[in-house]
Amino acid sequence: MALTLAFLGRLEDVAGAATLAVPTLGTIAAIIDSLDPALALALRDPRVKLAVNGVLAGERDDLALQDGDEIAFLPPVSGG
Amino acid sequence: MSVAGPVDVRLLDAGFDPAAVLTAFAAAHPASGGFVSFLGQVRAGDGGAAVEALELRHYTPLTLPAMQALAATVMARWPLDGLLAIHRVGAMAPGDPIVLVAAAARHRRDAFAAADYAMDHLKSESWFWKREKVAGAWRWIEPRAEDFSDLARWG
Repeated sequence: MALTLAFLGRLEDVAGAATLAVPTLGTIAAIIDSLDPALALALRDPRVKLAVNGVLAGERDDLALQDGDEIAFLPPVSGG
Repeated sequence: MSVAGPVDVRLLDAGFDPAAVLTAFAAAHPASGGFVSFLGQVRAGDGGAAVEALELRHYTPLTLPAMQALAATVMARWPLDGLLAIHRVGAMAPGDPIVLVAAAARHRRDAFAAADYAMDHLKSESWFWKREKVAGAWRWIEPRAEDFSDLARWG
């Protein structure tokens, strides 16, 4: 089973894909640690917001994650 | 293009005709005496750097719901008959319309203020990520400080 990570804006370039399936580790922090270091660094930018299943998340590192969840990483928006 | 009810908020992945939309919007609100609209289009470029293409990305679970929430806020803040907000996503060329906001009201001042407020919030708070192709290379656009100072006007 897996989680889906979604990368918006410039994070898609860093990740090399718009989405990535990863094993269901317990926390966001563990998932980020399991990624490529350059991508992990970009995702840890404090300006990057997080949404889980389409809902903005506050405290990011201790969210409880379940199989099938989609976690979106949202860098600062650039205006419409 | 017909207008769907008092609040009409749309994300479009293909081009649209702003004049036709505004004509339909006016026709849908015969009791309104004033309409104010804002049209944003893809700039041809700044400072000699020609923009060859622009792409707007969005995140489906957030982008349209947030635009609908903004529209509800605007409708609650001013006495409007109608509000229209259309935003493009996807690939665009210079001159293509990106965003069209229009407010319909009995009196013009409410329509001006509502359209202004809606645009300031769309520009600074909506879930869009934009990249431009200049000299064959794509670059992501960062937020502008002006977008946040514009927003601060509304308290």
